[in-house]
This record gives sequence, C-alpha cells and structure tokens, in this order.
Amino acid sequence: MTTCLQIDNLHATVNGKPVLNGLSLHVGLGEVHAIMGPNGAGKSSLSQLLAGKPDYTVTSGSATFMGEDLLNLSIEERACRGLFLGFQYPIEIPGVSNIYLLKAAVNARRKQQGLPEVDAFDFLNLVKAHTEAMKMNDSFLNRGVNEGFSGGEKKRNEILQMLVLEPTLALLDETDSGLDIDALKVVAQGVNSARSPQRSIVLVTHYQRLLDYIVPDHVHVLAHGKIVHSGDASVARELEAKGYDWITETP
Amino acid sequence: MTDHTLDSVIAKRYEHGFITDIESDTLPPGLDEQVVRAISLKKNEPQFLLEFRLKAFRQWQTMREPHWAAVDYAPIDYQAISYYSAPKTKKDAPKSLEEVDPKLLATYEKLGVPLHERARLAGVAVDAVFDSVSVATTFKDRLAKAGVLFCPFSEAVKSHPELLERYLGSVVPIGDNFYAALNSAVFTDGSFVYIPKGVRCPMELSTYFRINAANTGQFERTLIIADEGATVSYLEGCTAPMRDENQLHAAVVELIAEQDSSIKYSTVQNWYPGDENGVGGIYNFVTKRGECRGARSKISWTQVETGSAITWKYPSCVLKGDDSVGEFYSVAVANHHQQADTGTKMIHLGKRTKSTIVSKGIAAGKASQSYRGLVTIAKSAAGARNFTQCDSLLMGDQAAAHTYPVVEVKNTSSIIEHEASTSKIGEDQLFYCQQRGLSAEDATNLIVNGFCKNVFNELPMEFAVEAQNLLAVTLEGSVG
Repeated sequence: MTTCLQIDNLHATVNGKPVLNGLSLHVGLGEVHAIMGPNGAGKSSLSQLLAGKPDYTVTSGSATFMGEDLLNLSIEERACRGLFLGFQYPIEIPGVSNIYLLKAAVNARRKQQGLPEVDAFDFLNLVKAHTEAMKMNDSFLNRGVNEGFSGGEKKRNEILQMLVLEPTLALLDETDSGLDIDALKVVAQGVNSARSPQRSIVLVTHYQRLLDYIVPDHVHVLAHGKIVHSGDASVARELEAKGYDWITETP
Repeated sequence: MTDHTLDSVIAKRYEHGFITDIESDTLPPGLDEQVVRAISLKKNEPQFLLEFRLKAFRQWQTMREPHWAAVDYAPIDYQAISYYSAPKTKKDAPKSLEEVDPKLLATYEKLGVPLHERARLAGVAVDAVFDSVSVATTFKDRLAKAGVLFCPFSEAVKSHPELLERYLGSVVPIGDNFYAALNSAVFTDGSFVYIPKGVRCPMELSTYFRINAANTGQFERTLIIADEGATVSYLEGCTAPMRDENQLHAAVVELIAEQDSSIKYSTVQNWYPGDENGVGGIYNFVTKRGECRGARSKISWTQVETGSAITWKYPSCVLKGDDSVGEFYSVAVANHHQQADTGTKMIHLGKRTKSTIVSKGIAAGKASQSYRGLVTIAKSAAGARNFTQCDSLLMGDQAAAHTYPVVEVKNTSSIIEHEASTSKIGEDQLFYCQQRGLSAEDATNLIVNGFCKNVFNELPMEFAVEAQNLLAVTLEGSVG
C-alpha cells in the first residue's frame, strides 16, 4: 500500500513549550485513522503543525507526505499538494464570499498542477451538488467566509470545502465538537462520501461519538505528545467505556 | 494677444526674477500679488476672476497653516514653490519607455495600465504631457450633443464665464481654509462640468491628473454643476512618477446639485507616497465639498486613497434641499511612512435629509491612518438620518489607526447610527487562506479586498478592478 503520511519520532515546541515528544504515525493511502486523546494531549498541535502553522518549531524527527519531505514545504505548498486541514475553529473573513475563497483555492491547486483555471459553470455545478449533500442553503456560498455562521454551519462549511478541494490527505480537527446530533450525521455522511482509495482521512477527536458514524480503520491514542496506544475501531469503544486514565497515566 | 506680447507685458510688470523660459513657461518660485496677477494675465482671465484671486490671496496672507490633523511634516516654504508651469516641450523628459525608471514601469505592469497609457503616465515626451494644464478632454462631440459641458477649467473661463461667476466659490468660499484660499488665489487649471436640466450624462466623465514638473505646486480647480433633474458620474484617477522632492498639492473641488439631480464623484488616488523610508512623496491637501441645493438631490463621494506621503482630505456634503442625500464611501490605505488623515463632513440642513458614511482605513508598515468625521444635524433638519460605519484594519504591529468622529444633533426627530471597529489582519486569517492554497500575498489581498468590499461596490466597474489592483500593489510586502 502506498504511504500517504509517515511521521517518525517527531518532537516540536510552541513558544518553547514541548507539544510533541517523539510522535510516530503511519497512514496508508485510502485509510481512515482516528487520533483520540485527552485535552491538552497535543491533538490539535499535531494537525496544525502538519498543515504548517508558523507557531510550531520542529526540534527533531521527520514527516513525509506522499514520499515528499513535508516539513520543508510552505503552508500553501502543502495545501496545493493535497493536504487539507478542517479547522476546529474556522475563522471569519468578512466581505470575502465563501464561493470566492473556494474558487481561489481550487485555482491555486490547479495552477500548481499545471491546469488552467476552472470553468465557472462547471465549478458552480460541482459546488452546488456538494452544498446539497451537506444540506446547506445556496445562500451560504455568497455569504462572507464563516461570517455570522453558527458553530454547526462552520463545521459543515469545512467539510464542503474538503469535498470541493478533493484532498489526498484530510486532517479533520475536532470536526464533531459543537455539533448537535443531526448536524453530526450530515458531517459524518459528508466525510464518508469522501472515503476513497486515493484519499486518507485523519480524524482528530476527543469523543468516540463521531466514530459511531465514521468507522475508522485505525485508532490511536495520543497523550503527552506521542502515540501511546494503537488498535482498530474497538479501541474507541474501550476508551468510551474506561476513559483515558488507564492508558495515559505514565508519560 | 499672442504669447509673445503677453510674455512681454508680464515681464514688464514683473521685472525681478521673472524668467520666461520658452521651453517650460514657468514662473520662478515665490508668491506675492504680482504672481497672482501674472497667472490671471497669462490665462487671459476676465476681471471678476482676477478679483476672486486677489481677494483669496489677501485672505490667505492673514491665515495660518492648519495643524490639527494627525500628520507630521517639515514646514512648507510657500515661497520656494513655483506657482505656474505650463508644459510645452520637456527637455529632460524621457524620449521613450526605455528611459523610464523600470520600477515605475513594473508598477504600471502590475496595475494593468495599457501600453499606450504607460508612456503618457511615465511622462514620455512624445505624447501630450501636461502639468497644470488639463489634458485634452475626450468624447467632446457626443457630450456636446447631449448639451453637456466638459472642458478644462481655463476653457470654461472663456466659453462660459457667466456660469463660473455664478457658481465658483459658492460651495467652498475663498477663505474656507488655508489651502482653499491658496488654491483660489493661484489655481491654474482643472475641470469644469455642467449638465443641463433633465440631462442624464451619456457616459462616465473621467480625467487623469498627474504631477509632472519638479517643485511645482499643483492647484487644480474642479467645478461640477448638475442642473435640475440632471445626472452625472465623474471619475478622477491619479498616478505619479517617482520623484524625490516633496510636492505640494492643494486642489479644490466644488459640486453643486440642483433639485432632483445626482452627482457621483469617484476618485482613485495613487500619487507617489515616498519610498520605503518615507523620503519624497506628495503632500495632498485637498478641499472637496458638494452642496445638495435642491430638494431630492444627491451627492455621492467614493474614494480610494492609496498614494501621497500626506493626505489631508475631507470630501463633504451640505444637505440643504429637503430629502437630499449625501454619501461618502472611502478606502484609505497607508503603508510604509505614509500619513493619511481623511474623512467627511455631512451637514444636514434640509428636512428628512439622509447621509451614509462608510470609511475603511488600512494601515501597514509604520503608517498612520486617521478617520475624522463630522455629522451635523441642524435644528431645521427635522427627521434627518445618518448612518456611519468606520472600520480600521491594521497590518503588522507598527501601524496606527485613529478615529475621530464628531456628531452634533440639534433636533429630537433625527436618527444617528454609528458603528466602528478596529481589527488586525489576523495570523489566523492568513493561515486559513494559505491552508486553502493561497500565497501569503494573495491571502492578504483577499482579506483586504473583503474588508473594502462595500466601498468597492460603489465604484464604477472598471474603476473597481483598478482599485483592487492598486491595493495589491500598495500593500505588497507588508505581510509575510
């Protein structure tokens, strides 16, 4: 199986404070992984670091994405190569319409691939199909990016972007937080529809709830900045029953 | 009178130091009553205009340069400025685009200025380059058919002195402020527009002003009159070549809207702002004011201010007519060491008058950006309404934004709304856009354009595109 993401013994700090302490992870292309862990374990740090957020300093270790050294790429290079981060707290960009940002994103990626800009008509049709699937009103597209969106709308919008951008690796950071059960189902459906042998998905979550709807191939427990336990989907249920303490007590 | 005899007359009156260089026809630096007379004479003006100038000059002499604005600059020596410069041929002008500063050409390239325009903008000698004398105005025939007058100010002096005598200085009185008085005394040219009763101007009127000769103050005068039921949209666009000297610019623009008429005045201002270290750049002290004289008239100012080292500018509306409407939409950008103090005044006099103010200030680098606004609702303005929104966007941690709104309400039936915000271009916003594949530069432009959106929406289409490009060029390198 092709390796999508390979992380070896990664150490990283933010403001001089260690957040990752020798994390290793292998994600094969087409797999769905869930990374679970208590608050403050480094879950969000991991996804933001992989996306290239400048606040993080890698002190040692390596990470490759589709065989390429990920850590030397700029934020936008990572994105254009197919790495997508679904944000835990999607930011508002007033005055910039959702559809405008989406189109700019699609075209940035196409430019990197040496393709011409997307046809406006095709693009609109594609987006509308996904908007429907995410049970979003078309008016979303013309609203400012996340401007005045509810928590649930923001998360659905992240998944919409993922569907349109068709990434090779989707890191979904706490996509389930702040969702009611109906919204959770819609989001899960969206993610499931994106499952493909050509795409890997890494779900970062605190709760097992999401994994009732998106069944992962592998589940990892992250604590104290590294993976302390890995297994199949049953690990999630075990965590739900027993909590995190049994697995994370000693660093 | 031929140029030759004119010159000899002026030379006689003004023996000391008046050099008539045939090539550039420039008055030597300095300002006194003789200079004012010389300008009027050179332009062959009627008596009333000379008197207008002299009165303004005398008043100016009693006035002091205002220093209440939040701008800081070295004292201006008004005697070191030449007050008249009519271009003929330029000895030192570049002969072709190859001789033009490549940095300047690169800017034109980024702005998407058409090739044939670049030579003119860069001051290449082959084309009609102008200083204080207005560029030949276009589409004259079509306008003439509609009865629209659109011509250089100096031409209007000759063809329609009665309109000038009636309207000139009626909105901005000669003693209005220091710079307006100076302009009234020494203005050399500008634009004149008159739209007759019931006429909808068949096209957008546009003009390019630019500053060309070194050390020449620019004192343009613009007068736009929309008669009853008339409609006009006027575009003013500016670019400037790279220059080292600080140049003073003090224009006056007067708009008059009679009953049921509407004037839309759009500006994209991109004068040389000085280099990264704040050296050089234009000083822009402008008085712009419109008067809604008749009932249901409307005046709308839209401006995108990206240039000049110093901007001091407050396009305003006097809402005299009942149910008249005033609007002010502004994007002001200051980068590097630029200082911009800009805003508006809305003076409500008539009943049920309405005004809208949307001001977007952007400060980057070490720049300072101020909004200064005054909304006055007189006792007579029963049922008046004002909506003000002023937002500031900061880029980096050395830029400054200030807001000075003043509201005076003298009746109880009026409604005033004021919204204000200051935000910093967020690392998180940039990260979000970059994560979607945009470069830091593109992400910045996207965020800034979003911030300015409801002002750009007010611009005529082609101007809006130009404005977006301009913003991108202005803010280049300010993030990332």
